[in-house]
Amino acid sequence: MENHDLHAHAHHHGHEEEHHHEESFVSKYIFSMDHKTISRQFLITAVIMAFIAMIMSILFRLQLAWPGEKFWIMNFLLGDKWAPGGVLDAGMYMQLVTIHGTIMVFMVLTGGLSGTFSNLLIPYQIGARDMASGFLNMLSYWFFFLSSVFMLMGFMVESGAASGGWTVYPPLSALPQAMEGSRMGMTLWLVSMSFFIVSSLLGGLNYITTVINLRTKGMSMTRLPLTIWAFFVTAILGVLSFPVLFSAALLLIFDRSFGTSFYLSDIYIGGQALEQTGGSPILYEHLFWFLGHPEVYIIILPALGLTSEIISVNARKPIFGYRAMIGSILAIGFLSFIVWGHHMFITGMNPFLGSVFVFTTLLIAIPSAVKAFNYITTLWKGNIRYTPAMLFAIGLVSTFISGGLTGIILADSALDIPIHDTLFVVAHFHIVMGLSAILGMLAGVYHWFPKMFLRHMNKKLGYIHFWGTFVAAYGVFFPMHFLGLAGLPRRYYTNSAFPMFDNLIDINIIMTSFAILGGLMQLVFLFNFFYSMFRGPKSEQNPWGSNTLEWTTPMANIHGNWPGALPVVHRWPYDYSKPGKEADFVPQTVPLADGEVDGGGH
Amino acid sequence: MIKFLIYVAIILTVFAIGYLVRVFELASGLKGNKPHIITEKDNRLNGRIMLTFLVVFFLFVIWNLKSFVPLTLPKSASEHGDDLDWLFNFNMAILFIVFTLTHILLFYFAYKYYGRDNNRATYFPHSNKLEMIWTVIPAIVLAVIIIFGLRAWNKITAKASDDAIVIQLYAKQFDWTARYAGADNKLGDSNYKLITDENALGMDEKDAKGADDIVVRNEFHIPVGKEIEFKLNAREVIHSAFMPHFRAQMNCVPGMTTMLHFTPTVTTEEMRKDPYVIELMKGINEARAKRGEKPEEFNYMLLCNKICGNSHYNMQMTIIVESEADYNKWLSSQKPFFAKK
Repeated sequence: MENHDLHAHAHHHGHEEEHHHEESFVSKYIFSMDHKTISRQFLITAVIMAFIAMIMSILFRLQLAWPGEKFWIMNFLLGDKWAPGGVLDAGMYMQLVTIHGTIMVFMVLTGGLSGTFSNLLIPYQIGARDMASGFLNMLSYWFFFLSSVFMLMGFMVESGAASGGWTVYPPLSALPQAMEGSRMGMTLWLVSMSFFIVSSLLGGLNYITTVINLRTKGMSMTRLPLTIWAFFVTAILGVLSFPVLFSAALLLIFDRSFGTSFYLSDIYIGGQALEQTGGSPILYEHLFWFLGHPEVYIIILPALGLTSEIISVNARKPIFGYRAMIGSILAIGFLSFIVWGHHMFITGMNPFLGSVFVFTTLLIAIPSAVKAFNYITTLWKGNIRYTPAMLFAIGLVSTFISGGLTGIILADSALDIPIHDTLFVVAHFHIVMGLSAILGMLAGVYHWFPKMFLRHMNKKLGYIHFWGTFVAAYGVFFPMHFLGLAGLPRRYYTNSAFPMFDNLIDINIIMTSFAILGGLMQLVFLFNFFYSMFRGPKSEQNPWGSNTLEWTTPMANIHGNWPGALPVVHRWPYDYSKPGKEADFVPQTVPLADGEVDGGGH
Repeated sequence: MIKFLIYVAIILTVFAIGYLVRVFELASGLKGNKPHIITEKDNRLNGRIMLTFLVVFFLFVIWNLKSFVPLTLPKSASEHGDDLDWLFNFNMAILFIVFTLTHILLFYFAYKYYGRDNNRATYFPHSNKLEMIWTVIPAIVLAVIIIFGLRAWNKITAKASDDAIVIQLYAKQFDWTARYAGADNKLGDSNYKLITDENALGMDEKDAKGADDIVVRNEFHIPVGKEIEFKLNAREVIHSAFMPHFRAQMNCVPGMTTMLHFTPTVTTEEMRKDPYVIELMKGINEARAKRGEKPEEFNYMLLCNKICGNSHYNMQMTIIVESEADYNKWLSSQKPFFAKK
């Protein structure tokens, strides 16, 4: 019924286009309701934001490797107030660390990753003309855009951007007296985050509705590509957890501006005892991490979904254990809601409650391990085609394992005590979540670039980009573990205040050098990305020999995706190198032969 | 240091120019060639790099372990810390085995099965047996990890014994204050509304329990072999009392009192004579000499480990662990806070 209506609508629209042949620039490229355009808007915004956040990270890495040294670039970028004479100011260091984290976690790896690929692939891969609501989808992007703008605006106000860390724990973030970054910058952070939550909800509701209602004929849930499963569960996680962050932010706004005491109690600051009593900052931590932990799976699941697809297509093999993969996505999604307390082992939480969180957290390791082993088995006896996307996907499997393993240490409440909030944690989550998700996102960009921009990216630049990035990434984050094991806390402006850290300066120099190398590698990507968008060689219809539906659409961005009737699905998406078939792939639209079993049966 | 920076900058600039040239080269050839078609040559090349990466990566890991492990914290100086160090090493050994095996498989397969033009992949969509194996084995290993972990956790978080020495650690932007409970081993009441410049902890003069309380700054002393119970408070934002040498940490939260207890096992003097610490301090003092700073002796430190403002990086207090006799001598030389007036 739904499909029929949409079909009729699209047909009508196509008809219209034949006659008028024009859509205004504004409705086509700016306030577009087409999922493909919105996806490109998300991607380009995210690439720009990621680049800004990366430059921030290089600035504070310079300070950590050469504390107090003068850098022309600091003064050039940050001005005399924040980098007098080229020496990074401590307040600005805090701002950079905070905004780097916020942009990467929310704007790039949540908004950017889900926004780009859920929008692009959900309608394409399930065989729908567009999202359930194009209008909400458009709003979702523009709220995201506003949110990005507000986040950066912090750097334009006199007291600077928010600087209490990306988790913005009160009372530090609630009291303007506590630090400069808790003044106007913090208000902007909260405004930005409120817009972001709206964007995320509009997007998420759309993704869920679309996957449930708009699948084409034959596309049962067990014939969905794993990308869609990942986006679907991600959207559910987002819809259930982001409102909790909103409530946390709202109470924080009340505490900041209206004199309430949700998070404040018994505080003496700036020479006076505050009136507020009875609140608890721990309440904020619970609310924040109730979002915050599902959030890391909101980041990593889409990346794993993209990787599943890319590894299968390029190994020319079915993804190993399709149903186990779905099961592990669901298990991870469910468990992600009952583990948030592992961020709070040393807040004075009841030790028994801590034990429960240890148990649930370590349970997540099981579905994660299943996923990792299944990826490795998919490579076994494959015929691996090394597109740049495939390299990034294999890179993700590596970082997902090496970062995930240290998570087992951190999930163990007893072991967490001495390494909590040290750089060991920073190394852990950058590898397992940051790197994995970025590698997965880049894999997706290389793989679906021909679908998004109808052209190919340059493979050699892609190879250079991957190997340079991969080496630099491990070069930055592997040695970082040892800083944590030396007892070095995170978010320290300089390590030179304590003699006990003086011998760690060489590690910091190594890390910063790799960070600069990694930054340069992204210039290669930026060039390749924007150059290929306009000048890359035109792509054929199904360049990677894929089974999924997006490659059955013509190589043109037409409204409604398929010019004629919607495709009908007859099989699961992973029939690669199936015995008895001539080609090494069988698209989902090919009917089953007599006696052929679907879904990986022989 | 500047020299080294310039050195790095030059190398990186050369790299950058090299790549830029390459970028332009490739860009000019972009249209004529088929820069997007993946050939068997590309597959072989990347397959070989995968194998090379495996080797280089493990060399890097080994080099990291060899050069950086000696820079990490010395042996634990508390009773429960020994358990934690053992548990950490035990877990790390398991994880390192998993890390090694999975990475060898991943990168070796990535090399071995690089795409050949006349090859066809094996259709192997699932195997219940294999999947069962790698669900059950991790589950068993994790069960072991959980059991050992929770056993340690329960021991550490159990209530402190009644005769533990009570010390309050008070955090504010950006320093620490320690307060000893005195002869009655009970802290006097305090209230944030009583805070003045002089009475930084807001101690209540009317409470008799507080009459013998002693307040110290910059450094505090604790006796070896005696259990110490810390009561933690913060004045305005969350801080975290982090004593890495004792493998101890607990947040200090405004509006509530958190607790933490441990038994120190090694005095400061003993630790200074430990061969590992001597090596460690040699490295530290070499680095200090390069910066033109005077050498330092080893000390246990209390740090802040929760972002608390711009000077979060410099919130320190020295901890001296000494024999009970020395401790008592030191303590009796301190005057109770309210007696000072």
